[in-house]
Amino acid sequence: MNQGVAITGMGIISAIGNTVEENFTALTNNKVGISTIDNIVTIHSDNIKVGEIKKTNEALVAELALPPGNNFSRTAMLGAIAAKQAVKNAGITDINEYKTGLISSTSVGGMDMTERYYYEYFKNSSILKYVESHDGGDSSQKIADTLGITEIVSTISTACSSAANAIMLGARLIKAGKLDRVIVGGTDALAKFTINGFKTLMILSDTDNTPFDNERKGLNLGEAAAYLVLESEEIVKKEGKKVLAYVSGYGNANDAFHQTASSENGDGAFLAMQKAMKVAGLGVDDIDYINAHGTATPNNDLSEGRAIIRMFGDKVPDFSSTKPFTGHTLAAAAAIEAVYSVLSLQNNVIFPNLNFKTPMSEFDLLPQTSLKHKPIQHVLSNSFGFGGNCSTLIFSKSE
Amino acid sequence: MEAVKQELKEKIISVLNLEDVNPEDIKDTDPLFGAGLGLDSIDALELIVMLDKDYGIKLLDPKEGKAIFESIETMAKYISENRTK
Amino acid sequence: MADKNSFIQSWCTIQNNKIDLNGETIFESEPAIGFADFAKAAYRNFGWSYPKFFKMDSLSKLAFIAAELLLKDETSSETENDIALVFSNKSSSMDTDVTFQESIATKENYYPSPAVFVYTLPNICMGEISIRHNLKSENSFFIFEKFNPGFLSNYTDVLLSTNRAEKVLCAWVDFYKETYRANFYLVNSTEGLEHNETTIKTLFNT
Repeated sequence: MNQGVAITGMGIISAIGNTVEENFTALTNNKVGISTIDNIVTIHSDNIKVGEIKKTNEALVAELALPPGNNFSRTAMLGAIAAKQAVKNAGITDINEYKTGLISSTSVGGMDMTERYYYEYFKNSSILKYVESHDGGDSSQKIADTLGITEIVSTISTACSSAANAIMLGARLIKAGKLDRVIVGGTDALAKFTINGFKTLMILSDTDNTPFDNERKGLNLGEAAAYLVLESEEIVKKEGKKVLAYVSGYGNANDAFHQTASSENGDGAFLAMQKAMKVAGLGVDDIDYINAHGTATPNNDLSEGRAIIRMFGDKVPDFSSTKPFTGHTLAAAAAIEAVYSVLSLQNNVIFPNLNFKTPMSEFDLLPQTSLKHKPIQHVLSNSFGFGGNCSTLIFSKSE
Repeated sequence: MEAVKQELKEKIISVLNLEDVNPEDIKDTDPLFGAGLGLDSIDALELIVMLDKDYGIKLLDPKEGKAIFESIETMAKYISENRTK
Repeated sequence: MADKNSFIQSWCTIQNNKIDLNGETIFESEPAIGFADFAKAAYRNFGWSYPKFFKMDSLSKLAFIAAELLLKDETSSETENDIALVFSNKSSSMDTDVTFQESIATKENYYPSPAVFVYTLPNICMGEISIRHNLKSENSFFIFEKFNPGFLSNYTDVLLSTNRAEKVLCAWVDFYKETYRANFYLVNSTEGLEHNETTIKTLFNT
């Protein structure tokens, strides 16, 4: 197998913790972050549950020590917090000592502010500053400016697979020698826009989400941000850096079926997994844990389940979805799940697929429902987005 | 009920952006989904919104929609029995 | 760094209600008419038959037209076609985002539209093209302040030289409040114009 690209740092903020350690503690103690919504006033508040970060925007502004006139959206603030953590975790003191870039992702961008202020823009000039921060690219630029990054900055917006694509692009940029290191990941805040949108597609659940359960009703939206620091082998050796894990495989494919639903047999999912395995040079026996996309929508879990069976046959490894802990964090999902995959490798542990009661009638797949300790060498992580954009990442242990 | 059926045909064409279809082309008992007009799952959701917006009927379980939206005939009957607007 | 040479085999620009294919204008409408009418006129002019076209949002219609012109002789519905999609723009899906936002703007008229919501992501247009041309290939959508041929050409060369795709359809496709621009080009590793940043800039006058 090929070794892959080194991960030397990570940072995360989610409904189950404000740091990597807090997230790990929650995952290993069944401490769930799904609740009713507090920070947003919406007519749906009694009918939905979300993975909300219980910090107000004012608290985030204070945490980042932002100046009073700033126009950071919630998305940008969450992203800046997580990215700073990752850079610190990687022991980086001078960000431009080596050629360092940022590939971020988002689907909400500054929509949280826009929906709040859109109708007041003509009446109140003090909020016009949020017009500029609406664009998806703005959150990335804000994060880049916060970190002091001057090299490549790009934003990927491919729905729920965005961060996986960002990680994939980052790995390729390192391998191609275009960058020495790169901060990769994604961020999305909760917004009425997404709540209403998902509600009208009738894929939100009013109860805690139950991935791979026969009675599953839909997903819980969440908000989060997470970033990894990827560094070239050269720098790792030169600086004697501790490698947390490796990005050893990645694949992206289009399902070519529907704008928002997945094909019955999970074609896109299957192709993405297949490609990732090929890049990693691994066989089906080598994967010890699958962190599934597992959103608990009737459609995704069926499609993904079928694709997993097509890929692994009767050798399906232990798998679970961690979305019962955090909710579905959209563009940040693949990034927080990348952090969880690395934690899984570092601690030889599989996180439970909570809320599971009844196996799906269509096949014989049982997720891992309790915390399980076993040696883990390779983790496969799936993230499938609207537009048929299917991505798979493979992470491997650092010895 | 005839008025409702005609109304429905016109609404479906405009709400679902069925460009080359005229109300006369849609027969009362033609299947709307699958063969027939070939509507898909997103169209079904739009029809659910339409039921609420234009007729005051709130459908909470999308699976119920399958029987109701079978044809113009079934839709008109359901609306006549359940409309609050 | 790339092992293979790469070539632009065809390109297309759609702007100001005018469609240029490989440098020649092949269709135009009155500049004053709105995009929806222009798109419909183009669709009819080329004799296409794809009813789903009319359900798409403006960004997807724009992308669809360009892709249809460049891919019509490239793909078949019977086989899976290995053409990667590398798209980009500045406005993301903002035009449709605003339309969706308006459907939830007031308490009195609060009816979020599922058909509109589905298009509130820029990469859905790539999904539409993938469905149409049976592409299960790699696809990615980038947000840039302006057209970035340097980035796109690098990325494309990597895809081709590492055999991730046989061909790559690259695009800048932006639509916001009736102002739009589509610059599409198809890259292969066999023949055509030399594929590099300078050529791309020349073809699209940027």
